[in-house]
Amino acid sequence: MSIHVREISKSFGSFKALDRVSLDVPEGTLLALLGPSGSGKTTLLRIIAGLEFPEEGVIEEDGEDITERHARQREVGFVFQHYALFRHMSVFENIAFGLRVRKVPQAEVTARVDELLKLVRLEGLGGRKPAQLSGGQRQRVALARALAIRPKILLLDEPFGALDAKVRVELRQWLRRLHDEIGMTSVFVTHDQEEAFELADTVVVMNHGKIEQQGTPDEVFDHPATPFVMDFLGNVNVYHGRVENGRAFWHGIPIDYPEYPHAQAREARVYLRPHELEISSPAAAANRLGTSLQASVLRVTRSGLITRVSCRPHGSDQELQVDIPTETARRLQVNLEPGAHVAITPRKARVFVPDPEYVI
Amino acid sequence: MAHARPCTNHSQPLAVLLATAAVGVVGLLIVVPLVSVFYEAFARGPGAWWEALAHDPDTRHAIWLSLTVAPVAVTINTVFGIAAAWLVARFRFPGRSLLISLFDVPFSVSPVVAGLALVLIFGRQGLLGPTLAWLDWKIIFAWPGLVLATTFVTLPLVVRELIPVMEAIGPEEEMAAVSLGASGWQVFWRVTLPNIRWALLHGIVLANARAMGEFGAVYVVSGHIAGATDTMPLRVEKLFQEYRQPASMAVASVLAGLALVTLVAKFVIERRLEAESRDLEANRSQTESLDHTKVEGAVA
Repeated sequence: MSIHVREISKSFGSFKALDRVSLDVPEGTLLALLGPSGSGKTTLLRIIAGLEFPEEGVIEEDGEDITERHARQREVGFVFQHYALFRHMSVFENIAFGLRVRKVPQAEVTARVDELLKLVRLEGLGGRKPAQLSGGQRQRVALARALAIRPKILLLDEPFGALDAKVRVELRQWLRRLHDEIGMTSVFVTHDQEEAFELADTVVVMNHGKIEQQGTPDEVFDHPATPFVMDFLGNVNVYHGRVENGRAFWHGIPIDYPEYPHAQAREARVYLRPHELEISSPAAAANRLGTSLQASVLRVTRSGLITRVSCRPHGSDQELQVDIPTETARRLQVNLEPGAHVAITPRKARVFVPDPEYVI
Repeated sequence: MAHARPCTNHSQPLAVLLATAAVGVVGLLIVVPLVSVFYEAFARGPGAWWEALAHDPDTRHAIWLSLTVAPVAVTINTVFGIAAAWLVARFRFPGRSLLISLFDVPFSVSPVVAGLALVLIFGRQGLLGPTLAWLDWKIIFAWPGLVLATTFVTLPLVVRELIPVMEAIGPEEEMAAVSLGASGWQVFWRVTLPNIRWALLHGIVLANARAMGEFGAVYVVSGHIAGATDTMPLRVEKLFQEYRQPASMAVASVLAGLALVTLVAKFVIERRLEAESRDLEANRSQTESLDHTKVEGAVA
C-alpha cells in the first residue's frame, strides 16, 4: 500500500513539530526518516499511524483519504521505540493481542502466533514474560506483534535505538531480508545515518519540522542538497569563504560553483569530506600547483581500516581532517610524523551559498 | 568510619537506646491496647462475646450497616480513583497540579468538619435542602449520608495509590494496544487494569479499612439513631457511653480483627507491588544503559 502525505502541519503548544510536510512512500518501499531529535520525524510517523492527528494537511493510503481515521482502523503495524510489550502477558499473548481483540478463533490464533514465532526466530519462547527476554528478543516480539494483524504498512520508531551495537547490526540485516520477503511498505525513524543508509531504499532527512532532502542513499550521500544534510551526515570539514564569478576559493584552490555567476563576491561555505581529500608528499604535489595546498601534520590516529590525519594548512589556524584507508597510508611514500609537511588535494568539494539567487 | 559499621553493633549505646524506645512506643501504643481489646472482649468467654454481637438487634444492625456502607463507598472510590488517576497520569492540562492537591483535602480536613460541610449542603436547612425535600430524598441522617461521608474521607486512598504507578508505567502499552485495534474498553480491561491491579487492590484494602473504621464524619451526618444509622464505630461508642463495656469491647474486637486482616492483606499486596516495581526498574535500567551505548556508538 502506498502512502501520500500532503502539506501536513502539527504544533505542540508554540513548538512547530511539522511544517507543511509532503511525502510519498510508494508501495513496497523501505523508507527511513532521518533527523536529529526534535526534527519532527517521530511525529510524522505517529501521524501516519493515526496515533497523532495533524492540524492541516491530508494523508492518503492508495489514494484514499484516511486523515480522520483512528489508529485502530488503519491496519498499520507500529513498533514502539522501547517496544511497549504488555508486561503482564506472555510472549505468545503479546503476539496474539491484535488477533484476540478481533475475536479470531483460538485455532487460527495459535497457528498464526506459531508461524510468527518461527519468523522472528523465537520458537519455544512463547511462554516467557517480556521481562525474561533480552533486548533483541523483545524487539523481535514487538515486530511479531505488529505483523500478527497482517498490516498493510509497517512503522518502526527507532527500532534499533535501545540495542547494543552488535545486536543492532544483526537485526538490521535481518529486518532488511524480512522486508524483501514480505514486501510490505515500511517506514522507520532513526537518528543514526549509518542505519538509514544501510537499510532503506529511500532516505528522508528532516530538520525543524521540514524535509531537507529525499532520495536514495547514494543520492543523498553523494549530492547533499543543503548545508544541514551535509553537516548531519557528519564528519565534514567546513570552511567559510567567498564565491564570485562562478568559483569559490579554498586556500587558493578554485572550486567551480556555476550557480553563482555574479561578479559581486558573496559569503559561502565550503564542505570537504575527510575521505574525499588526498594526501601526498609536498614534492609530488609541486607540479599540481593550484589544485593542492601545503599543510603540517598535527597527529595521526588509526581506527581499523581508516587512518585519520589531522593537519593544519599553512597560513590557517583551522584544523583539517583527512581520512585515508590504512592500507593506502602504508603504501604512501609520505612522512606522516607530527610536524611533517604534506600536500592535500581535494577530489571533491561542495559549496553552499545561502540563497544564491539573491544578489547584493 | 563510624557510620560504616553494621547497625547490629550492640556496643553502640545510642542504637540500643533508640531500638528500645521504638519497641517501647510500639508496644505501649499499639500492641498492648490491641491485645487488651481482645482480652476484654473475650474475658467472659466466646459465648458471651457471640451473644453481645448477635443477640442485640441494634448491634446486629450496626454491623450490617457497616458491611453495606463500606463496600458502596469503596466501589465509588475505586471507579473515581481509576478515572481520576488516568486523567492526571495521561493528560497535561491547566489546573492539573491544583486538582492533585484537591484529592488530598480529605486527608487534611478534620472528618467532623467534612461531616458538617455535608450537612450544610444536603441537610434540611442546607443548600440543596428544598430540592431534596421536594424530591422526598433523605440524605442526612440516612444511609446515603453515611455513604457520602465515608466516600469523602476515603477519597484520596485509591487515586493516590494509582497515580505514581500509572505514571511509572507510561502510556506506551496503551498506545500499542490501540494500534493493534483494541477499543477503549479492551485497552482498559486487557492492558491498563492488569498493570495496575496490585496498586488498585492496595488502595481498596486501605480504603475499606478506613471506611469501616470512620467515626467523625459519619457521626455528624448519621444523627446517631440506634438501629437505623449507627455504624460499628458509632455503636462501640454508644455502648461504651451506656456503661456496657463488655458489649462495646465485643464490637470493638470485630473492628480490631478487621484491622489485623487488613494488615495481612496489605503485607501480601505490598510484597507483590515491590516485586513489580523491581521488574519495572530492571526493565528501565536495562533500556537506559543501552541508550548510553547508543550515544557512545553515535559519537564513535
